[in-house]
Amino acid sequence: MTTIDNIAAAPARRKGRRSIERAQGRMGAAFVSLYTLFLLAFGVFPALYAVYLAFTKKGAFVGFDNFVKVFKDYRFWPAVEHVGIFLVVWLVMLVVLVVLLAVMVHAIGIRWLSSGTRFLYYIPGALAGASSVMLWLFVLDPTVSPVAPLLRAMGFDSLVSVVQVDRLPFVLAVIAFWTGAGGWIVVMYGALNNIPKEVLEAARVDGAGPIRTAWSIQIPLMRKWIAYMVIMSFAGGTQLFVEPRVLSQASRGVVGQDYSLNQLAFLYAFKQSDFNGSAAISLLLLVVALGLSVYFVFKGGLFERA
Amino acid sequence: MSMDRPAGAMTPGQWLGRVLAILILAVFVLFFVVPLIWLVLAPTKTDRQLLLDAPFMFGDFETLAANWESLVTFQKGLIWTWITNSAFYCVAALAITLIISIPAGYALALTEFRGRKALLAATLIVMLVPNTALVLPIFLELSAFKLIGNPLAAILPFSFFPFGVYLTYIYFSTAVSRDLLDAARMDGANEFQVFWKIAMPLATPVIALVGFFNFTGNWNNYFLPYVTLPGKKAPIQVGLAELLSNVPAFNPTNAASTTISLSALALATLVAIAPVLIVFLFAQRYLVSGMTAGGTKE
Repeated sequence: MTTIDNIAAAPARRKGRRSIERAQGRMGAAFVSLYTLFLLAFGVFPALYAVYLAFTKKGAFVGFDNFVKVFKDYRFWPAVEHVGIFLVVWLVMLVVLVVLLAVMVHAIGIRWLSSGTRFLYYIPGALAGASSVMLWLFVLDPTVSPVAPLLRAMGFDSLVSVVQVDRLPFVLAVIAFWTGAGGWIVVMYGALNNIPKEVLEAARVDGAGPIRTAWSIQIPLMRKWIAYMVIMSFAGGTQLFVEPRVLSQASRGVVGQDYSLNQLAFLYAFKQSDFNGSAAISLLLLVVALGLSVYFVFKGGLFERA
Repeated sequence: MSMDRPAGAMTPGQWLGRVLAILILAVFVLFFVVPLIWLVLAPTKTDRQLLLDAPFMFGDFETLAANWESLVTFQKGLIWTWITNSAFYCVAALAITLIISIPAGYALALTEFRGRKALLAATLIVMLVPNTALVLPIFLELSAFKLIGNPLAAILPFSFFPFGVYLTYIYFSTAVSRDLLDAARMDGANEFQVFWKIAMPLATPVIALVGFFNFTGNWNNYFLPYVTLPGKKAPIQVGLAELLSNVPAFNPTNAASTTISLSALALATLVAIAPVLIVFLFAQRYLVSGMTAGGTKE
């Protein structure tokens, strides 16, 4: 695409063309003005405000004091650990199962069966946030659960025993997987569809079985999408909030109100009225998310278009 | 692949592999679907039936009606307030989102202006940042502007939807050719007419796509309205979590006079997700095209 600069650098253009370019420039700028305003108000400004709050106290610059205070908080490192373990469990689960299921769904020869299976996999995506946790409260409660025999076989006889803190990363990972995996399976399926049939046919003629084909051809070609999934999920996973909050409410305090980092930031803001400490935690999370996002936009190659 | 060849051509190993694959696929179908089936059936039962009956039995319609009654009479129909709030916030945000995103995506794709590339890069970056990351900063900002508790505290942040701008940008840059627009200009159309008469009539698919993602995302958003719209202003997702604290089974110490039964809570969950579920069922192809929009062209 041409840019303003090289249009300006072409002096031999007709005058009429010029005025059209200028009219376009004016309208383009007008068309994005409202959006730019929102981008500033709800993207850039809150981030800058968080920076300001994180480095000040009562309006005075205090350097890293707020961060030091947060790091010294006895609840901070456990929260980091909780979120960290959850991320590891969830991401491993996501990568292994999404790739496996996508390859297998892709191998289904019968069209309606393949699309029907994908559809059933991603329907839970309609439930996000509070409603999916709410549903899983029932599923994880052996007294009412549709899979109660399974839970009992695993040695659980109450919701509280299922959501013990050391088990919670797995519980949260299962809930997140249930809600989000189907969408990713659909995405991976799309990526698999982009692999030319001839390539797969050639592999088959060369004697490669389905596992070999998946490992040597399909998965390498899906790599970019897998990276996309991991980065998006990682950034999203650090934000853990509603799931532990609702579980905390339902488990009679077994799950703490300070289980995740966002919950802790919330407590700082609303229980301790310490907006500076809250902003410090938010800023740490924002830096992680922003770093991943910038890295992916400029290095990931998924958006090489403009 | 082995799965679509005639069964006679398979070795025992292939046959075993195939059975295993089908088994795994089927187990995951159950994993994804069983909770939903249970959710649909639960409101037809009493709490006692929930505890004692087989989980996939249908109760009866009288119980469903009774559960409905207890849900809608809970605190004088509070659930309707929550649903109305959700609908108001999401529809208003949807309208604003479309008004700001569609022209912005068009301008990014088909016009040249100063700062275009920078705006595009900013859009991509912000789009990939999870929206929860900015909730507390946005709360602090809104509270500085005294907007907490005002419907605008949900509507305005909900209307900032960089992913929608990106989708529109992708759509216009692939589906609408510059030549077509130039031809209209030759015929004497001004810039606004080019947009309104040529580009907009072609934009229906992307309007539906942006609308779908914006609406479902906002309907399910919990964190932002939870902090910016407390109490009676809360949308249904926040209300749902609120209901939970009135369920004695989960909070035995709760002394509130009006309580919610487990099956009424299940019904409330179903009601809360119903709009999104319906949109999902009818718009599944949008989901697919939207989720893969990032990498269709390399």
